[in-house]
Order: sequence, then C-alpha cells, then structure tokens
Amino acid sequence: MQENQRFTWPHKDLLDVSQLTVEEANHLLDTAEQFHEINQRPVKKVPTLKGKSVVLFFAEASTRTKTSFDVAGKRLSADTFALTKSGSSLTKGESLKDTALTLQAMNPDVIVIRHWSSGAAQYLAERLDCAIVNAGDGWHAHPTQALLDAFSLRQHWGRDFSGKTLLILGDILHSRVARSNVILLNKLGAKVRVCAPRTLLPAGVNDWPVTVYTNLNEAVQGVDAVMCLRLQLERQQAGLLPDLSEYATTYCLTARHLAMAAPGALVMHPGPMNRGLEIASDIADCAESLVLTQVASGVAVRMAILFLHATRKDGGSK
Amino acid sequence: MSSILIIQNAQYLGETVDIVVRDGKIESVGPKADIPDGAEVFDAAGLKVFPSFIDCHVHLREPGFEYKEDINSGLRCAAHGGFGAVMAMANTRPVNDTASITRTMLAKAKATWPHGPRLYPVGAATVGLDGKELAPMAELAAAGCAAISNDGKPVGGAEMFRRCMEYAHTYGLIVIDHCEDPTLAKDTHMNEGATSGRIGVKGQSVVAESMQAARDILLSEYLDIPVHLAHISCKQSVELIRWAKERGVRVTAETCPHYLLIDDSELENYSTMAKVNPPLRTPADVQAMREALKDGTIDILVTDHAPHAEHEKECTLDEAPNGISGMDSAVALTWTLVTDGLISEADFIKRWCHEPARIFNLPINGFAKGDPADFFLFDPEEHWVLTPEAMQSKGKNTPFLGRMLKGRVKAHWMGGVKIV
Repeated sequence: MQENQRFTWPHKDLLDVSQLTVEEANHLLDTAEQFHEINQRPVKKVPTLKGKSVVLFFAEASTRTKTSFDVAGKRLSADTFALTKSGSSLTKGESLKDTALTLQAMNPDVIVIRHWSSGAAQYLAERLDCAIVNAGDGWHAHPTQALLDAFSLRQHWGRDFSGKTLLILGDILHSRVARSNVILLNKLGAKVRVCAPRTLLPAGVNDWPVTVYTNLNEAVQGVDAVMCLRLQLERQQAGLLPDLSEYATTYCLTARHLAMAAPGALVMHPGPMNRGLEIASDIADCAESLVLTQVASGVAVRMAILFLHATRKDGGSK
Repeated sequence: MSSILIIQNAQYLGETVDIVVRDGKIESVGPKADIPDGAEVFDAAGLKVFPSFIDCHVHLREPGFEYKEDINSGLRCAAHGGFGAVMAMANTRPVNDTASITRTMLAKAKATWPHGPRLYPVGAATVGLDGKELAPMAELAAAGCAAISNDGKPVGGAEMFRRCMEYAHTYGLIVIDHCEDPTLAKDTHMNEGATSGRIGVKGQSVVAESMQAARDILLSEYLDIPVHLAHISCKQSVELIRWAKERGVRVTAETCPHYLLIDDSELENYSTMAKVNPPLRTPADVQAMREALKDGTIDILVTDHAPHAEHEKECTLDEAPNGISGMDSAVALTWTLVTDGLISEADFIKRWCHEPARIFNLPINGFAKGDPADFFLFDPEEHWVLTPEAMQSKGKNTPFLGRMLKGRVKAHWMGGVKIV
C-alpha cells in the first residue's frame, strides 16, 4: 500500500465510471488487487478504516450488492449501517432530500446509495459533503459493478484490454450495468458489442461506442467474453417482449453460441441469474464462467472504493 | 373633465412617437404632441412601446393549487411580464368545466386586478378532463370562456376529440389541443433521444406529439372546423402543420420560448427545472422551431406558464412535475429572436399580440384612435439576472434561473391606468 499513500484520490464521489480517467480506473483496480490478497488470508480483517462510518442506503431491494459493500466495509473495520427501503422513512413518504439531510446529520464518511431513480446518486452528491458511492441508480449507472467486472476480466486479460471484444447480451435499455460497462470497457481498450431485440435497445444506441446487433448468432462470432444481463420479468408485462420462452429461444446464451465465440471465451453475469432464460444453466457453471469470480471481485473492488473515498481527506494514509 | 396621459419619446417600430391617451383610449400616436394643462406626462426616452401582449396559454393554478400560484399573483406576474391578457387553462381543482368555476375565476381577477391584465378562462373539453363526457360548453361560453381545452390531460380518443371540436364550434369556441398520445407519453420524463438513452431516463418520442397533430389536422380538414395546436415542440409537427397550411386547413399553432432557445442537453444532469411537457427536444428540433416561427408556420408565442412550489422540483427527475414558470422572462427571452435577426420587431408584436387576438377574437390595442390604451414600455438595453427575487410568480421553476437577460418591462398601462 506504499504507493497508494502518495496518491490523493481526486473524486469526492463515485457516481459513474465516466468520471474516471484510465489512470484513475487502473489505480482503483490496482488498489483492489491488494485488498484481494487480504481476502485470501485466514484473517481477512484489517484496521484500515477503523473509526470511519459507512451508511448503506438501499432504497431499492438488493441482497448481493448490499452484502458485498457490508463485507467490504467490515473487512476494513469501518462501521457499516444499513438503511433499507422497508426500514426507512422512504416508505412513509419522506422525500429523498430529507432522507439525505438526515443521513448527513449523522456525519458518515461514505454513503453508498442504491435507488430506483436515475440521477439519485448525483442528487445526494450535490447536496451532501460526505462521499457518495453509487451502487446503482435507475437505468443510469452501476460503476462498482463495471469496476468489479473489469477486475474479473483483468485476471485473465491483464491490465490492457486492447484487442479484446466483449458482447453485452440482453436488456440493454433498462440496464445500468450495461451503460457503465460500455464506458469502462471502452476506456480500458476493449471493443464492445451489444445484442438485444429492438424493444430492449435504448434510443441513441447507434451513437454509443459499441457495435449493435439484434441477432445473437452474429453478435457472438469471435468474441472474447459474453456478459449476460438479467432479464426483469416485468418487461413482458410492459409489452416489450412476447412470452419468455420465445426470448429464451432467441437470446439465451448456450453452448452452441459459445462455440462461435473465440476459444476459451469468458462468460459473465452480474446476478442474480435467470437460468434458462438469459443464460443456459450449464454455461453458468462452465469452466469459463466468471460468475463467482465476479462476486469475489466485488468485495475487493468495493474495499478499494470505500478506502479511496473514506481516506481522501486524510491525505491518502491509513 | 377628461383625463389625458401623454407618453413622450417612445420608440414604436423604429420611430420616436408621443402617445396621447384620453379617458383610457388611444387619442393619437405621432411625433411631438402638445401637452394640455393637467395632462399626465411620462418620458419614455430610450424605451420601446409595445401593445400589451396576450399569453394564450397559462396555468394560474386557482382554484385548488394556490400554493403554486393564484389568480392575483399570476396576474401580477402577467402585468410585470408585459401581458395584458392571459388565457388560463382548465386543469385546476375543481376543473373549470362549469360556469360557476369560470365565474369565480373571473370575479377573482376583477377583484384583484380591476384594470387588467384581463383573464380569459379556457373551459375543459370534457367533464373533469376525463375524456369521457363533453363539458357543458354553451354554459362555459356564456360565462366567459375564450376557448376549450383539455390541456394537461389531453383527449386520447380520436372520436371524443372530434366531438369536442364539433360541439365547441357550435358555440363559436376553438379547441386548443395539447397534442400528446397518452400511450406513447406514459411515464416519460424527457425527450427520447441520445441524451435520454445515455442517462437512463424513459423518453417521450416526438411522435407522441406529431401523431396527434396529424390527427387534429385531418379532423380539422374533414370537418372544416379550425383547431389550435398548443405548445408545438418538434420538427415533425411543424412539417405537418406547414403541409396542412399549404392545403388550406384552418390550423393554427403556438410554441413557447423554451422550445426556441434550449434543448434536451439541459437535462444531462437531471435538472428538474428543465422538465416540461412536451419535453425539450434536440438542437435540430430547436432549429426547425425557429424556422417555423420565422415563416409563420407557428402563428403565436405563448409561455405555457406552469408554476410549481419549490419543494415539488426538489427531487429526482422522475418524481418532479412538468412545467416551467414563464411569464416573468418570456418577453426578454423572445426579444433575443429579434436581436438575433430571426424575426422583425413587427413580427415580434404580431406573434405576441395581433395573431393571438385574431385567433381567439380578443380585443387589442392597434394604436388606432379609440383603441384601449393597453401598452407597456420596454428597455431593450437593460441587463438583469433572472433570480427568484426578480420573479413575480410564486413559481421560481425555470431552467433560465440565474441567466443574464437583456431587455426588461419598465412600465405597463391598461385602459390608461398604470398597473406597473
């Protein structure tokens, strides 16, 4: 951690990966590597953030991301406090502004926010002095997911993703995971493809730094990795899809598709998976699947994020 | 004994004039008037004079939402903004769908601003704005409604809208349509396009508007009944309106300052102040709107003044209500269209005064002898910042907040009485 002590993290908040330079993203991922080592030790707790407090404000239901942040905070000896929708005043009609001011009054070092509204993390960041870490806002951004995905890929591809092509498959329209990954993967040098039926592609996607496909057989040709997205079952009710079995027939990633990808192509999924809908069960469990690597990466990356944001005012030292 | 007011040295369409007002009516407009004993004199050197403008599309929120605006504050805002007449939409609570509501609104206006600005209520097209049952338009017309509109909750069904047009026409009223297909506009918070796609917000396509504009145009031609299209915002709609006018269809259309000046990049940072319906469109649409205003495809300028309380816009974009508080800044903002060379000063007056009066059959000051002495003075050189304190409206919700504006209303007379 010696090098890191001389690096002052320049950002108060982590709202999206778009704010990070390539150097900053790599610095964050390098920091995560060091925490990843700690996570392999028999005793996984370090006193790095002792005395710091982290609020986990999850207005939208989440088990995986919240637990990941909770574990990350606790391994760094930070005090973590969870505020979830059912246990918060949000259900009593309190505005986000008042919730934010209440949280501020408790003087935390970091607030991790998950919210259904695009822009909610920015809303807090504009109003509060403490660090805001976006754990997913609406359809907009999920920077910690993109960073942990990059961290997982790095273990196979190294630091430079040049020459690699990754396909993001599924509901791009409603996916903050897709939006953040498109930005970060491009920064790190990868080529990105997206594939979905037209009803699940966002307006303006043709101007994104991606190649757009609607046919999975074409999209998967020669790619080095496929990232499947979770399909929310309510998309069918919203009239964006016919019955789900038709979706599975056309867009579920199977061994047949992977055979058209580059040899040894990696398979990713942010979870939770709908096996048999967007990803075939045997593919989810195959040797090339990074699904569980992603979970482990999540803890290390979130440790790095909490560390960098909670200590930036301390001059970067522990 | 008659009262005489003389406005000296005012600039009117490039000429320096003295305006003589006798007993609230224009007596003469011309060079250097004699000043009789007892005349009140106002020196307007360096100032332009305009006939009081008409804003055919405002929301004054009373009855029911007085915390956002009320008739008194709304008319004060109009007076200071240069408007001598406003047409107030029916989406109040209760909805203005009966004569008693219309009369209550008019009584409040008369009590608070007896000399003007004049209030012209717009009656609902359907009861409760529900789109199911025709509103009693004969009664609304008799009580003083100047037009009919379901603005705020547009009529989705084509059959119902046709009946609204026909029935309103029976009583000499024109229907103002907020062109919006309810299914395409459902749960949207901004324009659908590159920005909405990137920032992850559900967008409203231009087709939600243009499709209904097309419907209205076709019905208007088929029925031979005029129709007025509210707050047009996009290229596709103006192309349809241009086509309709070439065919001789009796369609008229309005737009607002914001559709001529700013685009959906205003929402890049989820600014709730820039959330309005129809939404701010792309730069290409803004360009098309400006051309349409210039060539007359767009007949009139309106504000769609939609004030909200501060706390209502203090939230995330998806939870914020639509609307921009517009009457305080509209004249200064659209004056830039003249200084930019897009439209002439005469067209500026036409789009804010003569054409609205023609479409809705409202009285007007044409500066001819005997016309009502309704006019305001405007300093085209004054720079001022649009701050909440500088605004008369209760609603401070505008994306232009904090902007330096050029040109300001300095004084306003109605019927020869100084109201500002």
